[in-house]
Amino acid sequence: MRFGLIMSEVGNGLRRNVSMVVSVILVTFISLTFVGAAILLQSQIGEMKGYWYDRAQVAVYFCTESSEIGNCDLAEATEEQKALVEAQLASPALASLIDRYEFETHEQAFQRYQEQFSDNEFADFVTPEFLNEAYWVNLKDPTQSDALVESLSTLAGVEEVKDQRKYLDPIFSALNAASFTAISIAGLMLIAAVLLIATTIRLSAFSRRRELGIMRLVGASNRFIQTPFILEGVIAALIGSTLAAGAVLAIVRYFVQGYLGSTLETTTAVVGMSDALIVAPVLIALGVVLAAASAGVAINRYLKV
Amino acid sequence: MILLDQVSKLYSGNARPALNSVSLEILKGEFVFLVGASGSGKSSFLRLVLKEENPSKGRIHVLGQDLGRLTSRKVPYFRRNLGVVFQDFRLLPQKTVFANVAFSLQVIGKSKGFIQEAVPDVLRMVGLAGKASRLPHELSGGEQQRVAIARAIVNRPAILLADEPTGNLDPSTSAGIMTLLERISTSGTTVIMATHDAGIVDQMQRRVIELVSGQVVRDEREGGYQTQGITLTKGFPE
Repeated sequence: MRFGLIMSEVGNGLRRNVSMVVSVILVTFISLTFVGAAILLQSQIGEMKGYWYDRAQVAVYFCTESSEIGNCDLAEATEEQKALVEAQLASPALASLIDRYEFETHEQAFQRYQEQFSDNEFADFVTPEFLNEAYWVNLKDPTQSDALVESLSTLAGVEEVKDQRKYLDPIFSALNAASFTAISIAGLMLIAAVLLIATTIRLSAFSRRRELGIMRLVGASNRFIQTPFILEGVIAALIGSTLAAGAVLAIVRYFVQGYLGSTLETTTAVVGMSDALIVAPVLIALGVVLAAASAGVAINRYLKV
Repeated sequence: MILLDQVSKLYSGNARPALNSVSLEILKGEFVFLVGASGSGKSSFLRLVLKEENPSKGRIHVLGQDLGRLTSRKVPYFRRNLGVVFQDFRLLPQKTVFANVAFSLQVIGKSKGFIQEAVPDVLRMVGLAGKASRLPHELSGGEQQRVAIARAIVNRPAILLADEPTGNLDPSTSAGIMTLLERISTSGTTVIMATHDAGIVDQMQRRVIELVSGQVVRDEREGGYQTQGITLTKGFPE
């Protein structure tokens, strides 16, 4: 009986206010889609960091006959110099940081170069002597490369100690900027959504002020008066946030997995449906909670006794 | 039943109190006229009894409850014991007579069965038995006020507050409404009616409480409409 009455009040309110309800749906839809995109972008950054940092190594390049930079003087690094570097790598101070390391000769470097730049015209001019011999070091914790750089780059015969992670940083800062942009847009849109819900509920309450006055006069409980309005906001926001959840799932399914997945193939890890399936309910819950809170605050004014 | 103890009500921005240290008691089943010029505090009195407002000073007890201690959560349940009627009826224009009365029962959670019994009963009592499916604008002013009274008493309140219920009605229609209120009073409901209608007050010879500038200047057992208020405060000739 009471449930039916409340639901018919909700239906009346939604019908009376169709254009406002539609705008609430659209604004929550778009704002929560941005929220979802921002969350996914953050977890994408996380996955990529995990993927690439595991593969990122510190390279200790030795001098070649053609190199002048670093500690080089146009002379190939001697066997003693290489042995000294290896001794440093094996020393207790550094060994604790290092997972494993391996030596790359001129020939190995040349092979790798040819594989990577097979379609580059310079590949034909490069000879093995141009390419540095190197130790490739995998660290246990990739953030601690500084210790290695400091202790090795001063040694004779070492051209440069290079942390490959540095190549990745610009990519991550670009992705971070994109996700902060998405979060800021989402934040502004969410503020708009909350205000719009409050306005819609006020409007709805104003158009029913006679009923509200009589309800208060005859002693309808505050909860009974509140509930239809809060439900009105929640239902509108629920539709919007369900659309947003659907949009996020579709983006991951068709854009990230479908388009990006086939373009990048297996070269990098991308977010999958499992991430999207976590984000979707978060968006729905966020939409519902925000709508309930702002509708509750908006209607409270009509309940003061 | 209703007890006011040194009650004052000040509205912000107005130095003169709407009610000034009013003390009075109204007993069960009494029929009380509240008279006085506009702005003398009649409406403030009714609003305080309804707990639509809180007094600035003093204590109010209604139906054994100290209104100062009533939490806002309990106010709706307190109001279910009070019926209220206004000069402007305050009916819902798009609802029928039956639906208007039933609405006040629905929103306090009464069952469908109870509503189907109680609403025709109360409509018969106020003399609108054949007009249950009419809309308010199809009724005369007197009939609309009967609907409002039916809505106020359908839940069998202990107290009926009426704020100038005959203010918009002609004398013969007013007489009909007064007969109805008298009948409600006889059945044990306390009726408090604020009014300007001297003829009605003089004719009924009930308890009269007269307010002038927020103070009780007269409280008579079987009084008539006052004479002193107007001459003293407004300086109008008798």
